[in-house]
Order: sequence, then C-alpha cells, then structure tokens
Amino acid sequence: MKLYLRYLAIHFKSQMQYKTSFFLTLIGQFLTAFSTFLGIWVMFTRFNTVKGFTYTEVSLCYAVVLMAFSLAETFFRGFDTFPRMIGNGEFDRILVRPRSPVFQVLGSKIDFTRLGRLLHAAVIFAWAIPRSGVNWNAANIATLCGMILAGSLVFAGLFLLYAGICFFTLDGLEVMNIFTDGSREFGRYPLSVYGDAVLRFLTFVVPIALFLYYPFLTLLGKSDSLLWRICPLFALLFLVPCYLVWRVGLLHYRSTGS
Amino acid sequence: MIELSHLHKTFRVARRNAGMGEAVRALFRREYTEIHALDDISFRIGDGEMVGYIGPNGAGKSSTIKVMSGILTPDSGSCVIDGCVPWRDRRAHVANIGVVFGQRSQLWWDVPVIDSFDLIRDIYRVEAHQYRADLDELCDLLELGEILRTPTRQLSLGQRMRCEIAASLIHRPRILFLDEPTIGLDAVSKLAVRDFIRRINRERGTTVILTTHDMQDIEALTERIILIGRGKILLDGALDALKAKHSALRRIAVCFAPGTTSPAARPLPQGIALLSADEGRAEFGVDTALHSVSSAIECLTRDIDVRDLSVTGQSTDELVISLYEEFRI
Repeated sequence: MKLYLRYLAIHFKSQMQYKTSFFLTLIGQFLTAFSTFLGIWVMFTRFNTVKGFTYTEVSLCYAVVLMAFSLAETFFRGFDTFPRMIGNGEFDRILVRPRSPVFQVLGSKIDFTRLGRLLHAAVIFAWAIPRSGVNWNAANIATLCGMILAGSLVFAGLFLLYAGICFFTLDGLEVMNIFTDGSREFGRYPLSVYGDAVLRFLTFVVPIALFLYYPFLTLLGKSDSLLWRICPLFALLFLVPCYLVWRVGLLHYRSTGS
Repeated sequence: MIELSHLHKTFRVARRNAGMGEAVRALFRREYTEIHALDDISFRIGDGEMVGYIGPNGAGKSSTIKVMSGILTPDSGSCVIDGCVPWRDRRAHVANIGVVFGQRSQLWWDVPVIDSFDLIRDIYRVEAHQYRADLDELCDLLELGEILRTPTRQLSLGQRMRCEIAASLIHRPRILFLDEPTIGLDAVSKLAVRDFIRRINRERGTTVILTTHDMQDIEALTERIILIGRGKILLDGALDALKAKHSALRRIAVCFAPGTTSPAARPLPQGIALLSADEGRAEFGVDTALHSVSSAIECLTRDIDVRDLSVTGQSTDELVISLYEEFRI
C-alpha cells in the first residue's frame, strides 16, 4: 500500500510538470461529461419521465456510473494503455521486478486528469441527492457507496480483460470500448429503458446492471428486495474470469516473449 | 552461479510475401515458419565472472537474457541461477538480478532521477540506511551529483545511461545483465560506463553478463566470451586465447610514390593476400605462420619507392568478423 502511494506521488509529480496541460485536460474532461448531462436535461424538458423515471432519478443513475467509471479510469488506467506497454517492451521491465505484475501495471499509469469527470459526477450527486426523493437512511447510503465501488471494480475488470486479450493480439482492441465506454453511455439511463434483451446481457455477461440497475430500484423504493440491494456484491464475481484471462495471457506472453 | 543446460526455444513467426493481395490472404490463412531462437544452449558462469555474450543480430542473445531474467519460459532444458529457476521462482529470482536494457529506460520520464531511484528502492524494499550509503557511492563513482535532480527527459544519452546503470544496482543484485549498455554513447561516456562496470565487478563481486556489438566493450571488460549464432553456442572461451589463436594474421599497409608500379600488381606468394589497393597505397593481409613479417615486407617492397609502411595486428572487431565468417553466421 505504501508503495502504491509512492506510485501515486510520482504520477502526481509527473503530471504537475505540465501544469497547463493538466488543468486544460481536467477542464476538458469536466466539460465533455457536462455536455452529456445537458443532453439528458434537454430530453427531459420535452418528456417529463422516461419509462417511469424522473429527471432527478436519471441524474442519480448517471452520476453513479460516471463516478464509478472515472474512479476506474483514474486508478486502473494502466490496463487501458496496456498494448503500448507491451509494444515498447515496458512490460519486460515489470517482469524483472519482484512485485506482482498486476500491481505494477496499476502503478504504471495513474491519470489525475480523469478527476475532472469525478468532479462532474460529484456535482451531479450534490444536485440530485437531495432532490431524488430517496430516503437517505444508513442502508441506502451504504447501497449507494456499494454501487459506486462495485461499479469501478467492474470497469477495472473490463480493463483487466482487455489487457489480458492484448497479450494475444499485441494490439488494442477497439471492440472492447463497446463494453467500457459503451457501458458508461448506456448507464446514463436506468437500464430497463433499453428493453429486456439488453438488460439481460448487462446482467449476466457484463454485469453493469448488477451494480447500477437493481440496487438503484431499491434506492428509489421501486423494489424492496434484499437480493437486489446486495447485487453489487455479485457483480464482483465478474473479476474472476477477467483475472483468469489475464493469467492465461501472461503465461502466453512469457512463452512467446513477443 | 549460473547454469544453463540444453535450453531450447522455438518461436512461430507468421510469414507472408509482399503485396496487398498477400496481406489480405494472410488475414485468413497464415503460414508460419519456426525459428529456433535457442537451440541446445548450455553454459555455466561462475560467481564474479564477467562474460561477453556476442553474436550477430537475431542470434538468440536477447532470448537467452530473457530466459535468464525470468521473462521468457523456454520449451525445454534447464536453467538454474543461484538455486532458482528464473521462470518458476520469478519474484525470488529477480530480487537478485539487475537488468539494463540499453535501448529502453526504466526511469520515470518526467520526474527528477532521484524520484525514480526512491521508487525503485521501495519496489525492491531496500533498507533506508543501505540505500543512502549505496546511493552516495553510486553518485560518486558515476558522477551523478547534479544529474540526480534533473528530470530524465532532459538528460543526455550518456547521463541517462549512467543513471540506468545506477538504478539497476540500487538493490545490490548479485548478477547484472547488461544489454548493449554503451549503445549510442560518446567516447567519454563509454569509458566512464566501462570503468564503472569493471569496478562493480571487482569490488562487489557482481557477476556481469554483457551483450554488445561494441568490441571495445568486450576487450575492455571481459575475459571470457560466448559466441552465439543461429541459436547455437559456437564458441566459449577466454578472449586472450582466442586472440592468440587468430592473431597469426597481420595487416601491412604500404604507401608508395604515385606513378610507380603498385606492389598490388605483382604476383603474390601464398599466405599474402591483397586487401585493398588505391592510388599510391595498398594493403595486404599476411599469414605469419607462412611468412615472417620481415620476409613479407621484403617481398612487398622490393623495387618500390616506399613512402610509409605500417604493420598492425588484428583488432577485436576483425577477430569477431573472422569468427562470424568461420562459423558462417
């Protein structure tokens, strides 16, 4: 953990070397995310509800996915830029150091500019939490935190999966962005909006719904199922296959060495 | 102690001919050729030895280094380094080795070098007091003083390489792998780096394995060379002995007055060969097993107005070239 803080510090120092670039990117990230939010707002000025969800409810849902995604992007970005790492041989350096490769890849890139999105998510939370009509008791607060945490870990799992596949392709796979960026975009609305097939896919294949949709319903009081409330925990199972793919990829890499 | 025996490693490489049609075809059906990167590699290196590992590009040098540093798993054969099998006990093994890849940096690009060093200290869990003492010593020997507070990206190549080497030694490895450590350096930096490597080897007893294309590195640093070509060990022995064996060859350059007949024009006895001829200058290779130097000079300069004459032995570069030729690699 201490070492991770060291990594954090060195990335912070690195990024502070380019102050202007850092702040411009930060602002850019904030504005990009904000424009998406405007899109939702414009829609709701025309239609008051979408599939029974109000504007504030949708904002809350959007804030959760945005927060989870930007946390993942800030801290797990090493896996996102992984093909470059393999390409330029940096990964060999990781293998000659006596620490776990996953940990070192995590430490290899920590992108603080993504905090712009985080800030944006925080703003929406601040706006939506008091207006959403949710009764903010301890259980609901815990559920919300669980949703965000599980969410960022699911995104981290997606990044890990992507990196694991890169061991074989030695190149980035744009198709994976369907799941990472795609999930983030999908998550703007409660997932039932997209119909049953999509919802099922996002429950059992890429478990976005497990941390975003089902517990969200319990938050809003649309369901009082305890199972749905603890759904974020099941989402964590997604990390298991992702890690396995990574392991297999690592073995493959070490036997081909390319 | 490093012990490699009968290491094999085969890569499958996709091949295709040039052209758009071929590129499209390759998308669907690929033809692979097998490349024996390591073909029955065996050698043994004792503690504190300094070994030059040489061979042309693609001979298998990097693959061997990768196996020995735990990055690559071989197909068969064994490799035991200080009781560890590198690819099986990776973490225990790499704590004892230092690796310098001359072409790639291990330092963080945008921060002062000292920040990188501190982070490496934490990665290897080096004790604070040992780290301080070692750092002082390294800075002293490699003259890093001012450089330490400069961001890596602003360093010259020579400065960076000195920092790279220091970075690989922070955890006091028992074995140091240097992959082309002097590539692209100017003469002064090369000397500094060589000097330092020799010192580390002598004072700390660090085993050094060096791959390089710079034969002066080999000459200055190593007593033993291992020659690899097309995945096979072709030669393993003391550099001096090798030189003695191949030093029968001398080079005689004759400069003569322009307009006179060149010695290159005359018939040459066996054992003397013309290497190059210019207006007013000719160079010959002489096999001293057949001709003494004086008789060769006598033969070459008879009836000629000699302006200048030089006799040189074979350089390590030429030695290696003649070895490559001998083994046809």
